[in-house]
Amino acid sequence: MEVFDQILQTGFFAALIRVATPLACATIGEMFSERAGVLNLGIEGIMLLGAMSGFTVAYFSGSLWLGMAAAAASGIVFAALMGLLTVTLGLSQHVSGLGVTMLCSGISFYCYRLIFGQPSQPPNVQPFESVALPGLAAIPFLGPVLFNHVVLVYLVFALVPLAAWLLYRTPWGLALRTVGENPQAAASAGVPVAWMRYQALMISGALFGIGGAYFSLAQFNAFTFGVISGRGWVCIALVVLGRWDPWRCALAALLFGAVDALQLRLQSSGAIDLPYQLFLMLPFLLTVVAMAMLSRNARAPASLLVPYRREER
Amino acid sequence: MVTTRKPFFTLRALTALLAVVAAFGLGSGKANADTLKVAAVFETPIEEPWVNQIHVALLQAKKELGIEYTWAESVKSADFARVMREYAEGGNKLVMGDAFGAERIARRVAKDYPDVAFTFGSGIGPAEPNFAVFDNWIHEPAYLAGMIAGKLTKSNTVGAVAAMTIPEVNRLCNAFCAGAKEVNNKVKCKFSFIGSFFDPPKAKEAALAQIEQGVDVIYAERFGVIEAAAERNIVAIGNMSDQSELSPEHVVTSVVWDMWPTVKQVVSLVKAGVFSSQDFGQFSFMGKGGSFLAPYHAWDKKLSPEIKKMVDERKSAILDGTFRVDIDESAPKSE
Repeated sequence: MEVFDQILQTGFFAALIRVATPLACATIGEMFSERAGVLNLGIEGIMLLGAMSGFTVAYFSGSLWLGMAAAAASGIVFAALMGLLTVTLGLSQHVSGLGVTMLCSGISFYCYRLIFGQPSQPPNVQPFESVALPGLAAIPFLGPVLFNHVVLVYLVFALVPLAAWLLYRTPWGLALRTVGENPQAAASAGVPVAWMRYQALMISGALFGIGGAYFSLAQFNAFTFGVISGRGWVCIALVVLGRWDPWRCALAALLFGAVDALQLRLQSSGAIDLPYQLFLMLPFLLTVVAMAMLSRNARAPASLLVPYRREER
Repeated sequence: MVTTRKPFFTLRALTALLAVVAAFGLGSGKANADTLKVAAVFETPIEEPWVNQIHVALLQAKKELGIEYTWAESVKSADFARVMREYAEGGNKLVMGDAFGAERIARRVAKDYPDVAFTFGSGIGPAEPNFAVFDNWIHEPAYLAGMIAGKLTKSNTVGAVAAMTIPEVNRLCNAFCAGAKEVNNKVKCKFSFIGSFFDPPKAKEAALAQIEQGVDVIYAERFGVIEAAAERNIVAIGNMSDQSELSPEHVVTSVVWDMWPTVKQVVSLVKAGVFSSQDFGQFSFMGKGGSFLAPYHAWDKKLSPEIKKMVDERKSAILDGTFRVDIDESAPKSE
C-alpha cells in the first residue's frame, strides 16, 4: 500500500526529523515555563523575533552561530518582559502572552523593513549545512535518517536528556517543579519563587528564539513573513500531548513531524485521491486525537496560570 | 497619601505632536494640482510576490508617468473598507490593490465613490460604474516553461509546489503540465499544495518530498521551492518575477508576470478621463507584454539550441495568435 511505500523510505524519516526539530526545541522551552507555572503564549511572536534577529545578525556578521546567539538573546529579553508582566505584576498570563506575541511580531516586521528596506527578492544567507557524523552516518538506514543533519538537530537530540536530567535529577529542577505545583510550599522552603519563574521563562525564551531561527538559518535561508506560520501555537498543544515531560514532548514533536512529512508525500504521490486540505489537516487532526486519547488524564502543573503573591493564600 | 501623577502624555505634548504631524502632512501633500494621485491597498506585506508585481509596476509609473503614489500593506479584511475610503476621500483618483480576500467589501466601497477609479486584482468580474479588475493571466509562459521541463526531465517526472487550488493557481499548474506533456508524452506531473500563500519552510519541505519521489524539474509556484532544488541539485522554474538570482545554477527560467502594461493602461485611461469598469486581464497576457518567460541567464549556454528554437517558435505562435494555451482551472491532481 502507498502509505507503507512512503513510510519505508529513508527520506521520510529524515524529513520528519527536520520538521520535528524546531518544534521539539520550542516545545521543551514551553514545557519549562509551564512547569514553573507560567503559560508562555509569547511563543509564536518570540519564535518570529528569533527568526528575524537571528537572520539579521547572521546576515551582517557572516556567522550563523552569532545569529543563533542573537536569536536566543532576543528571546530571553522578551521572555523576561513576559516575566515582568505575569510574575512581578501578576497579570493574566493569557493576555500578557498574546500581547508579547503581537509586540514581537510587530517589532520583527518593523525592524526587518527598517534594516532591509523593501527588496523584491528577500536577501538570504548561506544556511547551516548538513554534517554527516563520521562513522555513524555510514550505518545503513539509520545513518541517513539520524546522522546526516544540520548541527542544530544533534543539539536538540542532546537537549531532551539534558532537560529531563535538569528537571528530575537536580535540586534546581525540584525547585522549579515545586514552584509550578505549590509555590507557597516552595517559598516556605526558601525557594525564590519569582526568580525561579523568571529563570524558567528565560530558558523558554532562548529555546523559542533558537527554534525560530532554525527556520530562517537552517530549514530556509531568509527571513520572510509566514516563516513561522502558527508553528508556535502547535507547540502549546504538543506540551499537553507530551504531558509536561521532556521525553514525551519530544515524542509528540516527532509524531507531528511524522504526519506532516507523510501528508506531503501522500499529496504528491497521487495514490490517494483526497482533497489536499484533508492532507494538510492530518498532522493537526492527529495531534488533537492523540491528545484526547493519551493526555485526557494528564494533570497540568497545579499552579499553572496562578500568579504567586507572597502571604496570600 | 494622595499624589497627583503627571500624565505621561500631557495635553500640551499631544498638541505639539499633532502640529508636527500636520506640518509634515501638509508639506508632503503639496503636490502639483494636475498630478494624478494613485493609491494601493494590499492585503499582504509587499514582499508577497503577487502583490510585489503590482507594487513594482506602480513604482515604475511613479517614475515614468509622473503619478503620485501612496500605498498600505497588510490591510486585513476588517480594515480594508476604512483604508479604501481614506484613500478615496484623500484625493486619489485611482485606487488599486488585490481584492481576493475582500471582494465584496471592495465592491461596496467603490459604489460610494463614483468619481474614483478602482482597479483590483480579482478572481471575478468588473462592476459598473467604476470597479475594474485584473488578474495574473500568466498561463502562457507557464506552458512554455512546461515545454522546457518536459524536454529537460530525465526521470519523466515534473512537479509543481503551489499555494492552494484556486483558479489563479490551477491554470498555471495545468498549463505547465500540459506543456510538458505536449513535448514528452511519458511525463507525469506531481502537485503539492501548502495551504497558504506564504510559508517558505513548508514549500521547501513539500518540494523535497517531490524530489524524493523522482521529480527532477520543479515549478516553484510558491517561494521556498528553489532552495530545495538547489539543495538537491535539480532544475527549477521560478514564478511571478525573474528569480534566477536565487540560484543561477538551478533556475532555468521564470514565469514572469509584468503588471506594467496593466498599470500603464489604467493610468492613461484615468488621466484621459475615459476610465470605465472593465476586465484588464488581457493586459497580463503575453501578447500585451504582461507576462513572459524570463531570460535563461546562466542556462543560456546549457540549454540545447533545439529546445530554445522550440520555445521561440511556440512563443511567436502565441504572440501571432495562432496558438492558444488552454485555460484549465480545474484542481490539478498528482499522477
